[in-house]
Amino acid sequence: MKNNTWTIIKKECARFFGDRTMLMTTVIMPGLLIYLIYSFMGNNFMQPKDEEPAIMYVENLPESVHPVLEALPLVMVTENFDAEKLRNELVLKDSKYILLVFPEGFDSLTAQYDPISGHQMAPNVQLLYNSASESSQQAYSMVSAALDAYESTICNRFDINKMEEGAVYDLASNEDVVGNFFSELIPMLLLLMAFSGCMSIAPPSIAGEKERGTIATLLVTPLKRRELALGKVLSLSFFAMLSGLSSFLGMMLSLPKLIHADEMGLDANIYQVSDYVTLLLLIFSTVLILVSVTSIISAKAKSVKAASAVMAPLMLVVMLVGMIPMMSGTKVDSIAYYLIPIYNSVLAMSQVFAHEAHLLPIIITIAANALYTGLGIWVLTKMFNSEKVMFSK
Amino acid sequence: MNEILRVEGLSKTFQLSRKQQKIERTERKEIVAVDNLSFTANKGEIFGLLGPNGAGKTTTLRMLATLIVPDKGDAFIDGCSIVSQPEQVRAKIGFLTSELKLEDFFTPNYLFDFFSQLYGIEPEVIAERKTKLFKRFGIDRFAEVKVADLSTGMKQKTSLVVSLVHDPEFVIFDEPTNGLDVLTARTVTDYLQELREQGKTIILSTHIFSLVEKLCDRVGIIIDGQLTHCDTLEGICAGQTLEDRFFDIYKEKKGGME
Repeated sequence: MKNNTWTIIKKECARFFGDRTMLMTTVIMPGLLIYLIYSFMGNNFMQPKDEEPAIMYVENLPESVHPVLEALPLVMVTENFDAEKLRNELVLKDSKYILLVFPEGFDSLTAQYDPISGHQMAPNVQLLYNSASESSQQAYSMVSAALDAYESTICNRFDINKMEEGAVYDLASNEDVVGNFFSELIPMLLLLMAFSGCMSIAPPSIAGEKERGTIATLLVTPLKRRELALGKVLSLSFFAMLSGLSSFLGMMLSLPKLIHADEMGLDANIYQVSDYVTLLLLIFSTVLILVSVTSIISAKAKSVKAASAVMAPLMLVVMLVGMIPMMSGTKVDSIAYYLIPIYNSVLAMSQVFAHEAHLLPIIITIAANALYTGLGIWVLTKMFNSEKVMFSK
Repeated sequence: MNEILRVEGLSKTFQLSRKQQKIERTERKEIVAVDNLSFTANKGEIFGLLGPNGAGKTTTLRMLATLIVPDKGDAFIDGCSIVSQPEQVRAKIGFLTSELKLEDFFTPNYLFDFFSQLYGIEPEVIAERKTKLFKRFGIDRFAEVKVADLSTGMKQKTSLVVSLVHDPEFVIFDEPTNGLDVLTARTVTDYLQELREQGKTIILSTHIFSLVEKLCDRVGIIIDGQLTHCDTLEGICAGQTLEDRFFDIYKEKKGGME
């Protein structure tokens, strides 16, 4: 019995390590791709930005808290500012500050407060910020953490942003909050859905036809190879688009429920028809590229299984590229980023969702994607013409 | 007789991968599949390419069908070059081999229409031709059955019919009766004779002597990629049976039986 188990293990090992493609796609490629992608992302997208530190406006700064806040890498302003004006302007997405309001006599109030009896209300520190502004959000996190730490050293004698009826501390607008959330998450999900759609249709249509011998039947007809490549890519794109559209609708309808938009007082219907049309064009141009790539892989592969095995690690790459806006935001400092396939689509889609889209980057993205698709169709045509690719055993 | 096919010095060499070298147990990095092959075929005749497995018959036919490109030489089908005018050649020929398969998902009816459209045939002609061919091969009863659900014989008949949707003047058959039961094989061979009677030219590759004796007007014997003999059946046999004559030729070529 034990010997048989060992025999089976040996056979499985011989099968696994003897199949170079399997070894490459399951062991070598995932690690290699993660290393390359993370290194690339680290070098190009995750560089620390040379931005000026956010400003922390503090009203009624108590002596006791001064050293705590001063230690933070923020510019602290304690006088000569109009708190009301700042509060009003904090709704803007590009505001790079937070407003910290301590109750007057904070030190004596905390000294008098008895957290055990619970008869009094704890003094509340208002920390006003804009979660849609990266800078303001980061400053909020820093100050909040610092105050939490300070609070624990004085036995929790005050509250930060106490939940009260009508109290609003995050001044970001509904559009900005929902837009930011969607811009970080949906492009990646759309990309994954589109890629998985392509993965499920391209291998059977091309590698499958090779494997079953049906493509040779087509190749002996007067059909031009270019027509075959174009016909395959366009029809597969249409199917992948249908699959992507279905995912998109499902997502847009379910996300408000997922984020509990009603309970949070958020309205997810923040996009215009023009936004949806732009998104549709971006998705379609992205699907064309994905279909071209998966078709080329399928044409090269000898079987559906082999094609799927090569595509699996690529899914990882697509996912990582889709995550870039989550980590580095939607702003880039060069138009050249819109020429990077896949990343350009994620970036442009994120900007549409965040209401930060401009016409030129979108046109460049769609044009670049169309160009890469044309290139893909040209390669596919060459492959359909190559007897080595089409008839290799 | 009008010459419809002229093959001039056709050659094809395949590179051997390490895996293939291992399978073939050879150190050679390439294998000569077809070596300087030349012959002609006339309109309205059945020309048989006879040879053992691996002799280069299929490679020759694949080159004629423009599926693969020769390294050297050329062939002209009805005046069109297989090297420089492959699309025109494809429009003129019908090619049937057991390696060419039909999509399991579709019905004979759909596939006939689909391939007819690829050849640019008018809808009325498609309908007329389909009715005739489907009836001739008994496919009419199975016209709406998916290929996956057809018997092997019916699949092969459908393949045959689909390869002839455009009523080509020049037809290439690679081992047309391979794997068929006797009844279907008989249907196919009868149809080949009908095609000849209609004035079509047929190039046929096989290693079945009886099929050559029954059908072919002229025969080319191909061994190790080279055409050793090309003549009428009587000219080649010289009083012997084709089988005996073939083995004599084979012995001569190989210097004894392997």
